[in-house]
Amino acid sequence: MTDQAYTFAYLDEQTKRMIRRALLKALAVPGYQVPFASREMPMPYGWGTGGVQVTAACLVPEDRLKVIDQGADDTTNAVSIRRFFARTAGVATTEATAEATLIQTRHRIPEQPLREGQILVYQVPIPEPLRFLEPRETETRKMHELEEYGLMHVKLYEDIARHGTIATSYAYPVKVEGRYVMDPSPIPKFDNPKLSGNAAIQLFGAGREQRIYALPPYTAVVSLDFDDHPFTASKPGHACDLCGAAHSYLDEVITDDAGGRMFVCSDTDFCAGRRREGHQGRLGGQA
Amino acid sequence: MYVAVKGGERAIDNAHAWLAEERRGARDVPELTIPQIRQQMALAVNRVMAEGSLYDPDLAALAIKQARGDLIEAVFLIRAYRTTLPRFAASNPVDTAQMALDRRISATFKDLPGGQILGPTFDYTHRLLDFTLMAEGAPEAPLPGQPPVAADGDTPPHLPHVSEHLNHDGLIEPAPQGETLPPDLTRSPMELPADRALRLQAITRGDEGFILSMAYSTQRGYGRTHAFVGELRLGRVAVEVDIPELGFAVEIGEIELTECETVNQFKGSRSEAPQFTRGYGLVFGQSERKAIAMSLVDRALRWKELGEDNIGAPAQDEEFVLMHADNVQATGFLEHIKLPHYVDFQAEMELVRRLRAEAAAAEAQQHQQQPQEAAE
Repeated sequence: MTDQAYTFAYLDEQTKRMIRRALLKALAVPGYQVPFASREMPMPYGWGTGGVQVTAACLVPEDRLKVIDQGADDTTNAVSIRRFFARTAGVATTEATAEATLIQTRHRIPEQPLREGQILVYQVPIPEPLRFLEPRETETRKMHELEEYGLMHVKLYEDIARHGTIATSYAYPVKVEGRYVMDPSPIPKFDNPKLSGNAAIQLFGAGREQRIYALPPYTAVVSLDFDDHPFTASKPGHACDLCGAAHSYLDEVITDDAGGRMFVCSDTDFCAGRRREGHQGRLGGQA
Repeated sequence: MYVAVKGGERAIDNAHAWLAEERRGARDVPELTIPQIRQQMALAVNRVMAEGSLYDPDLAALAIKQARGDLIEAVFLIRAYRTTLPRFAASNPVDTAQMALDRRISATFKDLPGGQILGPTFDYTHRLLDFTLMAEGAPEAPLPGQPPVAADGDTPPHLPHVSEHLNHDGLIEPAPQGETLPPDLTRSPMELPADRALRLQAITRGDEGFILSMAYSTQRGYGRTHAFVGELRLGRVAVEVDIPELGFAVEIGEIELTECETVNQFKGSRSEAPQFTRGYGLVFGQSERKAIAMSLVDRALRWKELGEDNIGAPAQDEEFVLMHADNVQATGFLEHIKLPHYVDFQAEMELVRRLRAEAAAAEAQQHQQQPQEAAE
C-alpha cells in the first residue's frame, strides 16, 4: 500500500465532512462538547488522535503547519505528527509560530500572540471538566444541560479549605461566555489567560472520548475562582537561562546529580527567536 | 548540555530501524510466512479479526507478524486499516441456523436432534506439553483417530438452534425480531444508554480478557445470572448482499463464527413471568471463550429490561462495561503517559514547592509560639 492510496490528509472526504460539521456546531456553541464519530487513526488513542482528526479536517494544501508538544517543535510526538501530515497531505511545515496557518498543540499555547486567520488545534485527553468529580458521562451531560456546576465550585472551595489555595495547576477549568464550563486541555494555568479574547480560532479534539469543542475568535473565557481567592497565572519565579525571558513558561532541566537545575522556555520557537535577536540568559553563552 | 529533547527525528528513525531488526530476529532462523501464521496460529488470527472488527485472515496474520505477536498491537493495525475502507454495502443478517457446523454442543440436554458434535476443541486434551512438536523438520506423524472432516460427499449438518426446542413450550423468552437497522458504533459516537444491539457490537469487539473477567465476576456473585450453555456452535455461514440492480441477494463469501446462547434461570419479576431468558454471544472465528463470556455479560447487562435488581455489580453497569472494553482505546490512553508531560509536571512541582514552603512557614510559626505557651 502506497501513500497515494490514502486521500489528502489521510481521512476520507466523508469523514472530514462529518468532522467539519461537528466543528461548525462546536463553534456555534462555544465550550459545548459535540459528540463525533471519531475514527481509529494510525497512531494510538491518547497520542493526539482527536487533534490529528481536527487538523486533517481543517487542512488545505496551501496551509503551513506547525506542531508542538510541551511547547516544543522537536519533541518526539510532535515530530511524529508533523511528519504524518507532511507525508499524507504534503503541506508545508514550519517551526515559526508567526508563519503557521494551523498549529496543533499538546499542553501549551505559544507565547507569541496569535493573529486572525490562524487556527490552534488542541489535543485533549479528557474533555469533560467534571469527569473526576462524576465519572458517568450520562450524569455529566445532564449537569452541563442544567448548568449545574456547584460540584466544581465545592471542589475548588475544598482545595482552599485544605491547602489555602486552589490546588489545580494545569487543565484549570474555565467558563466560556458565561455558559459552559470547559476543560482547556492540560495546559498549565499560566496559559489560561491566552484562551480569552484570542484572535485565532481555537479547536479542541478528543479522539478516544469522541468529543470536539471550540472557541471562536475573541471569545470571553474566564478561569473559575472566588472573589477572595482570585485566579493567578503562575509560573516558576525564574527567567529563562538561555534567552533571559522573564514572562515565558519554563521547563526545569536537571543538569547534574548535585541538584543543579536550569530553567528554559518551554516554547522553543519563542526562545530561539529571542536569542536570534540577541537576548541572553544566565547560561545563554554556554548552552 | 541542553540537548535532551533535540534530535527527536533521528531518534525516531533509529528506533524504527531497530524495531524492524528485532521483529525479524536472528537471520539464521527462517522468516515466518503469512500462510504459516494463518494456518498454525489460527486462534490468534481469529482474535485479531474479532477485536479488529475485520474478517480477513490474511491481513490479521500480517498484522500479527508485523506486531511481533503482540495481539493488541495487531488489533490496532487492523482497526487503523479498516477505518480507511469504503463501505460498499451492508450484508443481510447472517443466518446461524443455516451454519455449516464443525462443532455444536449443548450443556442443557444430554441428547437432542442432530446430536452433540465435539469438533476441534481443546476441551478434553490433557494439558501436557507435547514435546514431539519441538522436533521440527521430522516427518509428521499420521494424525491419530478419525480425520477431522466427515466422510466424502457429506455436507456438514445444518441444525436448528437448541433454544428453538425450548421455545416450542414457551419456556424461554422469544428472541427479539428487530426491524430497525442496528446502530453502527464505528460510524457514530456511542450514546448511552445503549440498546442491546449496540451493546453486543461493543462487546464482540471488546478485549477478550476484559469480557472474560466481567463474565467471571458474574459467576462469582457480582451480578449472578445462573447461566447454562444452551448451545455453543462453531461453523461457517454464508454472507449475502442484496444487489439493488438485480433485485435479489448474492452470496459474496463465507465467514467462520462462534455463537453461544445461554439459557438463564429467571424466577420472574414485577414485569415478567417466570421463564428462561437468554444471553447471546457471536464472535468471528473459533473464539469460544469470548463467545461464552460475551453471552454472560450480555445477560448481566439486561437487568433493567427484565426488571431485575441492580446490585451495583460491575458487569451490570453498562457505562462501565462499554466504556472500558475496547483494548485499542485502553492501551492508547494507558500508554500515552509515556509521552512528555514536562509542562504539567512543572506546574505540579511549582505547586508542591509552594505548598511545602507555606507548610514549613506555618510550622516554624507554631514552634515560635509553643515555648511561650509552655512558659505561661
